[in-house]
Amino acid sequence: MKKKDGFSHKLGSWLDRDNVAGYVFILPFIIGLIVFTAIPFFTSLYLAFTNYNILSAPKWVGLDNFKKMFLEDDLFWTSFKVTFKFALIQVPIKLTVALLVALVLSRSTRLTSFYRAAFYIPSLMGGSVAIALLWKQLFSPKGVINQVLGFFGLPDSTAWLGNPKTALGTLIALGVWQFGSSMLIFLAAIKNIPQSYHEAAIVDGAGPVRRFFSITLPMLTPIIFFNLINQVIGAFQAFNSSYLITGGKPLNTTLYYGVYLYNKAFNQFEMGYGSAMAWFMLLIIAFFTALIFRSSSAWVYYESEGR
Amino acid sequence: MLMKYISPSMSRRRAVSTTIYHVLMLLVSFLMLYPVLWLIASSFKPNGDIFTTATSLIPAQSTLEHYIKGWQGFGGYTFTVFFKNSLFVAILSAIGMTISSALVAFGLARIRFKGRNVWFVLMIITMMLPGQVMMIPRFVLFNKMGWVGSYLPMIVPSFFASGFNIFLIMQFIRGIPRDMDEAAKIDGCSWYGVFFRIIVPMIVPSLVTVGVLTFMGSWEDFMGALLYLNKPATYTVAYALKMFNDSSMSDYGATFAMSTASLVPVLTLFFFFQKNLVEGISIQGLKG
Repeated sequence: MKKKDGFSHKLGSWLDRDNVAGYVFILPFIIGLIVFTAIPFFTSLYLAFTNYNILSAPKWVGLDNFKKMFLEDDLFWTSFKVTFKFALIQVPIKLTVALLVALVLSRSTRLTSFYRAAFYIPSLMGGSVAIALLWKQLFSPKGVINQVLGFFGLPDSTAWLGNPKTALGTLIALGVWQFGSSMLIFLAAIKNIPQSYHEAAIVDGAGPVRRFFSITLPMLTPIIFFNLINQVIGAFQAFNSSYLITGGKPLNTTLYYGVYLYNKAFNQFEMGYGSAMAWFMLLIIAFFTALIFRSSSAWVYYESEGR
Repeated sequence: MLMKYISPSMSRRRAVSTTIYHVLMLLVSFLMLYPVLWLIASSFKPNGDIFTTATSLIPAQSTLEHYIKGWQGFGGYTFTVFFKNSLFVAILSAIGMTISSALVAFGLARIRFKGRNVWFVLMIITMMLPGQVMMIPRFVLFNKMGWVGSYLPMIVPSFFASGFNIFLIMQFIRGIPRDMDEAAKIDGCSWYGVFFRIIVPMIVPSLVTVGVLTFMGSWEDFMGALLYLNKPATYTVAYALKMFNDSSMSDYGATFAMSTASLVPVLTLFFFFQKNLVEGISIQGLKG
């Protein structure tokens, strides 16, 4: 072996110390965290208390943005309510469907991988522009949905996306259609439940329904918890479907918080106001995440804690 | 075996219930895929037929005119340009994300350095931070750097790893026995040698998963293009599709054809890497 000179040998062994090598490996994360997360995060907090149109320097206005938001801006409250309603309806339906389908799919057959693919594909591309444009056509007055309804003799002239009563529901349907990735997570968790638990319960005479409520469901609560947090965070940030399909119309019934925030910041260049809205959303998401966490001790079952 | 004790009538009942199961599952699968199948079918139908034969999935007359016409794009730029742009952004993002996330995952999963737990917790927190809080200041930052109008804001952040991908690769690394690193260390291998010679060859499936998921996310990214791209020559497929639809409102066929074309890369990757994707998504929920 070739002998290294003293300096590079020292450098080499210094770089190989645990405390040095560890930081060398995680360096990309540290830089990214500082530049693309931490600095923007705190800048955003500062901007929330300013008037800023990106062309001239931010001007400190104290709590004005928040006052305007809470007291004067009706559209702010509209978009908040729309998003809240969207999350409140979509998340439970999506997770229930994902769980039920995962249960049905946990029975292994030769066709299981085909079914799994068919259920997963929508969540792979449901957020794309292509599907948004398609959804617009499917639910247009002369679209497929109305034609199928007409075929069965049902009312077939609803303007799904033009009617304030149905527009949000149409977007929720697009979200629920993408239950596939939550389903895969449930499916993996169901397969992880030791078969012996079920066998023991069968010996004790428990039927499938009893086994679901006494074994499967409790064992799945940590995963339900995880999916719930993920889906709530995702729902509050929804953007594409409203922006691309309805543009927030009709009568602002589909004006998501994210879309209104975008309009304020990037169409009207009220970046200070937009930042204030973003921080309010962060607090709301933090509040719900904390609520789910606090409530979790009551309903999430961790096996390691014993029974 | 139990089978011996199952009477003929019981096995017949089981066969019937299995058949019902598959009929129902096939029906539901069909309904789930129906919108996509309809999109594909409509892209081959003459414009006059799309809504008059909307419930039929098999075009009575099929035509390629929508693809030929749609591919011409708009503003003097064809979809060849938009596909090239998207490929450029998505491939570079995927490469950057895979390399950076693998490095960070190894550091956090294997090396016992001071402050490791703090960084791990910070990583988990970043996974829960809503991206929209960072949207405005990031735009301001990139604007100051003169990056707006280029692909840099859509590519560069990928080179600095992301919580979810780090977590996914960490789960794979944890499955490799530590004895292997320790044996290599005793033989005089450095941490860098352990990573490149021992760990990397064993976590290839997870690297493929991260690469494919990043590629797909970048391919479908609409928000990034909406914020940062301002010249048609630079549009990615996702953004071009929206602009194309706005410019040719009544030409449904062409929009459907280009929509279908835009989904081809995603579907192709899905069929080739289905196993990796399913595994990757499943791991997301199984905390270590």
